[in-house]
Amino acid sequence: MRRAVIAFTAFLGGLIFLLASGSATAWAEGESVKGTLKSQGQPVNGVKISVADESDKPVGDATSNAQGTWEVSVPSAGTYKVTLDQSTLPAGLALRFKDRATLTVQVFEGNARNVLFALDAAGGQQQGNTPDGDPAPTENETYWARVAQLAFEGLSLGLVIALGAVGLSLIFGTTGLTNFAHGELLAIGAFIAFFLNSVVGLHLLIAAPLAVVLSAAFGYGQDRFFWGQLRKRKTGLISMMIISIGVALFLRYLLLFIFGGASEAYRQYGAQEGIQIGPISATPKSLIIMGIEILVLIAVGVALLFTRLGKATRAVADNPALAASSGINVDRVIRIVWTAGAGIAGLAGIFLGLSQTINYQMGLQVLLLMFAGVTLGGLGTAFGALVGSLVVGLFIQVSTLWIPPEIKNVGALAVLIIVLLFRPQGILGRRERIG
Amino acid sequence: MDWILIFSRAVEAGIGSEAVIYCLAAIGLNVQFGYTGLLNFGQAAFVAVGAYSIATTVATFGLPLFLGVGIGLVLAVLLALLLGIPTLRLRADYLAIVTIAAAEIVRLVVRAVALKDTFGGTDGLQEFAGTFYGLNPYPEGNYVIPPFIGFDHRTMWILTVGWILVIAVSLLLFLVMRSPWGRVLKAIREDEDAVRSLGKNVFSYKMQSLVIGGVIGSLAGFIFALSRSSAQADLYSTDFTFFAYTVLILGGAARILGPIVGAAIFWFLMIFVKTGLEEAINKNVINFLNVNQVGAIQYMIIGLGLILLLIYRPQGIFGDKREIALDAR
Repeated sequence: MRRAVIAFTAFLGGLIFLLASGSATAWAEGESVKGTLKSQGQPVNGVKISVADESDKPVGDATSNAQGTWEVSVPSAGTYKVTLDQSTLPAGLALRFKDRATLTVQVFEGNARNVLFALDAAGGQQQGNTPDGDPAPTENETYWARVAQLAFEGLSLGLVIALGAVGLSLIFGTTGLTNFAHGELLAIGAFIAFFLNSVVGLHLLIAAPLAVVLSAAFGYGQDRFFWGQLRKRKTGLISMMIISIGVALFLRYLLLFIFGGASEAYRQYGAQEGIQIGPISATPKSLIIMGIEILVLIAVGVALLFTRLGKATRAVADNPALAASSGINVDRVIRIVWTAGAGIAGLAGIFLGLSQTINYQMGLQVLLLMFAGVTLGGLGTAFGALVGSLVVGLFIQVSTLWIPPEIKNVGALAVLIIVLLFRPQGILGRRERIG
Repeated sequence: MDWILIFSRAVEAGIGSEAVIYCLAAIGLNVQFGYTGLLNFGQAAFVAVGAYSIATTVATFGLPLFLGVGIGLVLAVLLALLLGIPTLRLRADYLAIVTIAAAEIVRLVVRAVALKDTFGGTDGLQEFAGTFYGLNPYPEGNYVIPPFIGFDHRTMWILTVGWILVIAVSLLLFLVMRSPWGRVLKAIREDEDAVRSLGKNVFSYKMQSLVIGGVIGSLAGFIFALSRSSAQADLYSTDFTFFAYTVLILGGAARILGPIVGAAIFWFLMIFVKTGLEEAINKNVINFLNVNQVGAIQYMIIGLGLILLLIYRPQGIFGDKREIALDAR
């Protein structure tokens, strides 16, 4: 199941990549159908794909190459049937939806049409989930096993969101800034680790801590040289919110500029064999990641509750003017919050990159989920962000029981809107905060 | 380097269909953000609703185009009500987060494979603009506007309709914002509580502003879909909203001419940079970049431009610094 999710995200990542490359070649002359076959982020080669026109007259065929790509040029715009020869799939791989080996696609004039086949490890197909998302009748036992599996995956997603959201929430609490560039902090953490891992050649176990340190330094620098200066200029909060959008755009496309639009993966800990724990199948890396996440979150919680700095942080979040007048160095607290928040966000980004793929849009994708978590838990409360994120993560994964996985995020965002109707202060928020 | 090509492309973009689309979207934001101080970060949703309404009505259900226009306007009103009811009583950032979430919901739903039969999945919908181009009064051919720009007859038609819409909406807003109703909106932006204490129903005024801005956004969606003869979900991502904000802030919020001038300059600069860099790369003037990186540079410039504008000139070209709602909470 875990692998199915990885395969699915790889598929989504590939989709984005294909869309990006598709637009670049859209003005190339001649119509064709093409695609990239991937499984768990790895290209699949040697698969035969044939194309026929509407009257089943063959037009041509192709075999996927070492990059997993294939292309068949077609004589003119029109409707074509694209068939994947299932017998040529490598051992251990199968189509996610067996009845979808033939896809009917429309090719427009001058268009290189992308066709995607979703591949899964054989035996790991999403049972009981037809392409339309209607749960097929399954036995009660497998149904509950599925619920347990999805809840586990939801918990794992929720913990990553929580890790990012804690920083977002603390920064909001201490400075009032709704930071739309927080997702990019995750992406930058993931990409620094990727750079150290793939380009410099360090093992991920060395690259990851280094990347966290560099992320934290980036957070420190951002506050010291940018946001801190803006606060000194008495820039308005809405102004800063829109500035953070500019920062997000700049950083996101800087990543695209440097690393390109492809989805990347770390060299170590790629695809792992799942181990069975009761009804749940989990990869060792996901268990270790969850363990680290829980430890970090507990450490943040303990620090907030019991250390002097933590108390100071909560005091600043509660009332900066009062905190300053009782001798707390507000700027210093904010700088530490930024440093720690960015470091933790970088760590979350690396974990996200490990369990899914690394691409320049990962920040934007996770940003809305963090917002949902933070708002759900109560804006500006660190523990609210934690609880809200876990709820969002669980909800997203478990909702795939009833809705197609591709729109699972819709459910979480819709819940966000509904919660605001009935409990606008969030789960742990206080009434007066919403003003 | 072919400077005539670069300039003609840039000028064409400055008055072209992109400029019209972003101008209309920014006018909608101007009503919401500029005049009322509402942070709608989901303008892309309204644009998508407009585009997909006509596309779905014609391409999927085979009904007339103008029914689709009507449906689009009604749906835009409904979407605004849906977003406004839970959030307009709350602080500004809640509206921002909810609208951005709603825009993503709309995009994810229309691109879903499960609804491919209705919305066409990631390929979107095509072949619905026939009625519109059937009304085209321009005979077929290329229209050269001296000294060096030109459009084909289809573009001429969409631009005529588009700019007439822009002028009509702007004139209407000019009149409305001078009316007592408009003054209440501006007063809400300045001090909500003061307006409430004068006995005005602030919630209702904000809602009206959100609805009107959203409906103008759906007009942008009509032009977007018609100009490309296609509606594609991924064109209506959150970036669209942010670019519309850049257009608005560049021109100057709370000014009638702001979005118009902003859109023209924004697209002139965008295409100037893009064609300029591509020319330079193709002619080997610049050899440390490749053509695929030009898009990324464009967006980085937008981001940087947005940051610098808000820090050094938040009122944009025409605006008045005292009139920009940047401190509201």
